[in-house]
Amino acid sequence: MRTSRNHAARPAAPPLGLGGGRFAPNLFDAAIFLLIVGVFVLLGHGVREMTAPVAQLGTPVTLDPANLPEYALRTTLRMFAAIVASLVFTLVVATLAARSRKAELVIVPALDILQSVPVLGFLTFTVAFFLQLFPGSVLGAECAAIFAIFTSQAWNMAFSFYQSLRTVPRDLDEVARHFRFSPWLRFWRLDVPFAAPGLIWNTMMSMSGGWFFVVASEAITVGDTTVTLPGIGSWLALAIQERDIHAVLLAVATMAAVILAYDQLIFRPIVAWADKFRFEQTAADSRPRSWLYDFWRRARMLPRITRGVGWLVNQIARLPTPITRPPGPPRATPASRRGEMVFAAILAGLVGYAAWHIVTFTRATLSLDDLRAALGDGLLTLVRVLVLIALASFVWVPVGVWIGLRPRLATALQPVAQFLAAFPANVVFPVAVVAIVSLRLDPNVWLSPLMILGTQWYILFNVIAGASAIQTDLRDVAALYRLGAWQKWRQLIVPAILPYYVTGALTAAGGSWNASIVAEVASWGDTHLRAEGLGAYIADATAAGDFPRVVLGIVVMSGMVIACNRLLWRPLYRLAENRFRVE
Amino acid sequence: MDTLTNPVQGRTLVEVDRLRKVYPKGSGEDVLVLGDVTFTLGRNEIVSFLGRSGCGKTTLLRILAGLMPASGGEVRIDGRRVAGPSPDVAMVFQSFALFPWLTVLENVEVGLEAQGIAPAERHRRALAAIDLIGLDGYESAYPKELSGGMRQRVGIARALVVQPTVLLMDEAFSALDVLTAETLRTDLLDLWMEGRLPISAIAVVTHNIEEAVLLSDRVLVFASNPGRVAAEIRIDLPHPRNRLDPAFRQIVEDLYASMTARPDGKTGQGHFFGTGIAMLLPRTSPNLIAGLLEAVAAEPRPGHADLPDLAGDLHMEVDDLFPVAEVLQLLRLAELAEGDIRLTEAGRRFVGLDPDGRKKLFAQHVLTYVPLAAHIRRILDERSTHRAPGSRFRAELEDHMSESFADQTLRTVTSWGRFGEIFAYDEVSDVFSLDNPG
Repeated sequence: MRTSRNHAARPAAPPLGLGGGRFAPNLFDAAIFLLIVGVFVLLGHGVREMTAPVAQLGTPVTLDPANLPEYALRTTLRMFAAIVASLVFTLVVATLAARSRKAELVIVPALDILQSVPVLGFLTFTVAFFLQLFPGSVLGAECAAIFAIFTSQAWNMAFSFYQSLRTVPRDLDEVARHFRFSPWLRFWRLDVPFAAPGLIWNTMMSMSGGWFFVVASEAITVGDTTVTLPGIGSWLALAIQERDIHAVLLAVATMAAVILAYDQLIFRPIVAWADKFRFEQTAADSRPRSWLYDFWRRARMLPRITRGVGWLVNQIARLPTPITRPPGPPRATPASRRGEMVFAAILAGLVGYAAWHIVTFTRATLSLDDLRAALGDGLLTLVRVLVLIALASFVWVPVGVWIGLRPRLATALQPVAQFLAAFPANVVFPVAVVAIVSLRLDPNVWLSPLMILGTQWYILFNVIAGASAIQTDLRDVAALYRLGAWQKWRQLIVPAILPYYVTGALTAAGGSWNASIVAEVASWGDTHLRAEGLGAYIADATAAGDFPRVVLGIVVMSGMVIACNRLLWRPLYRLAENRFRVE
Repeated sequence: MDTLTNPVQGRTLVEVDRLRKVYPKGSGEDVLVLGDVTFTLGRNEIVSFLGRSGCGKTTLLRILAGLMPASGGEVRIDGRRVAGPSPDVAMVFQSFALFPWLTVLENVEVGLEAQGIAPAERHRRALAAIDLIGLDGYESAYPKELSGGMRQRVGIARALVVQPTVLLMDEAFSALDVLTAETLRTDLLDLWMEGRLPISAIAVVTHNIEEAVLLSDRVLVFASNPGRVAAEIRIDLPHPRNRLDPAFRQIVEDLYASMTARPDGKTGQGHFFGTGIAMLLPRTSPNLIAGLLEAVAAEPRPGHADLPDLAGDLHMEVDDLFPVAEVLQLLRLAELAEGDIRLTEAGRRFVGLDPDGRKKLFAQHVLTYVPLAAHIRRILDERSTHRAPGSRFRAELEDHMSESFADQTLRTVTSWGRFGEIFAYDEVSDVFSLDNPG
């Protein structure tokens, strides 16, 4: 029986809106961008006027190993709460975008931009916001942590679901209309199953990325408020404060165990199960597999539970709601002119209001020098990200190709690369910081690699997937005509892996921007290290409770990420898709 | 209209009255896909709509099914006006259109589920349909486990189980191999003859002439540009029909003749949409053109062939053969008339030439008879750089036709231009030029 070697690593839809056709931002992008910035500014404004609540919240965390399992459990539960919230958000918002043209006009660019906003920059607002919502209670802090994970997942998942909804095969769409499916039935019988493989793959990848943020958001100081939620992140923060390297290593081990369990017990079984929804009329020879899923199917009692879930979905599909009525005859819909005008006017009004608000707010608190400082720091971080991606590519592309061309090795190592990508690198940061401190290295240089520590693996496993997908006959041709190493790379390998590489490098770059906020500033006990850059800028502003500068930092960083995506990754991806796709 | 109704087969079931369909376009004039189509379908009648791709027969079927609104005229079934999908009609799709995540049984039940029928009743009726169509034993299989023929049986069962008045079949057998298609057709016909199908009429869209003759009581031949009923042929042969029966062969010949008939007796561009540089060209490679010329030249009567025989010999469907034959006609390398193809003087000469000579002759004919090719060449000649961006010609074409047709036309003319060495094209930079590599 053959096992899967590349299916599981291939993104079902281009990530982060790569498939989109536009390079240059249009007027609409600019409008939505203004709206989003306006919301940040409003939040920052509201939060600033709030009086600082109690200095310490939640049960104090102790470095007692006996507590570690409970902390790990609490951390995992936060992850699940976030993933459920993201799924609900995805199903509602993406469906809205796919069904209503007006909603689509706002939602799609908004998702595209939100994907580029550094999640950790959000944290300041959300912690303050949720603490305000539940004054004096840990619930606010819990919500803030969950929301941080949510923001790292929801946009991407919603985008993937939206793209699937837009690509439902025409004939199945016709069957649904022909038999007069109600919108509800259509959603559960056609839309959700069709989107399932892409959505599940995306969800699982997002969840992998989420571990980083749950660790970062459990212990956070905003101005005078310190929030500590029982969990691995808080344990780690305390260990750093107390310079306890054993506690740090324990956290690393625990995290490894948790990720391994997540991978084996959740990720793989679900991906293997979702294979049945793959839109393919022929049986595939290589399918994603999971021992747990096989075990599940072989067991006698357990599948009844799965069938129970199916029955439940059936019941949901049959639920009598206003939208379960079959649709009326199709109307020739010449879009109502007046409705369009009103919609455009409201949107323009909102954008105008946001712009006005941004101007007054920044006028009062920020000067042109601030912008210059943020941009300068941004350039430093940009250079770091680009150099690191180049270095990582230099190392991992050859390694990935070497592994990918050896099927058995790829089968064995692909899960390892995926595991490493899911492992939250910030758990390992203290180890590196100890090394930098004791060796007296320059933090400006040596803190940088931390940014890519966790994200480089995306390059590796995508390249492995790309290399193992090279057709055997093309490889045979290369062997038969004895192509030299250079010619073989230039004419076979690079073109074949380019789409995969771009996907991986883009994910790695996005993750590195995010990581800069926790990587450019590090401490060990009372020793503080700082690398000049935009991440440090945001982190410092956060620690000082200086909301205007946090907003400025986020806006500059989002702008740079969007610029990189539009000017570098999208054109590259398009080139890869158009020129090098084997049909 | 009464003449179109079969008196033997009972009273009118479906009335199609001056049906029009217009596709609006961003620029230029709208495209008329169906122009004033009028016919009726009687009870207990199987009618085929026969025509080439692009003659609007599939559009017609979708309007009948209520999946697409008409731009003018109307369709009535049992006196009721069709305005959207109705339970009176069920359609079988060319691509089967099964839900891959549902089992055979669930796929068959899906239409009943949409009607809100109780699970027990649904189950009973679905099992009966599955039994009828010869799928018993496969209830719990998923579509991907089935062969094409079995999948289409599921598609038919799904359509029958909702007990429609009219069954619509959209090229339902064309995705199947010859043997499977034959078996499925025969089974369906047997059930129909035995009166075991819960339907009153069947409308079949096909481009396969023999299939139309095997199945139907009446064949409506569609012509394109705009789509309309060009001819009607009644078939009174008893079932089961025999392909080798001279009467059968004669009907096939007649249908070929009516499909090759020129719309207005003029020669030349008759079958192509548009005129001048805006002529819509089918995707036909120079290899196919040369291949067909050689095949006709090699026939028992050199230079003259019977299209049905030729199609059989070459294992080609009408839809594959006709566009090539018509390109030959456009290029004045052959003539089409009454189901026959005859090489012209130039066509005979082409076959005898060496590759280089063929290229020259081909180039000469393309430049003379394909205005778009001449246009591109002239622009390139006029410019001092001898280069022009492809986007320019694409934009010109899009004034007259849709984006995808413009793309197809430009691709075709590019491939002809390359073969005849009339001009060169670089895909990466999207530039036409007079450079001749190598």
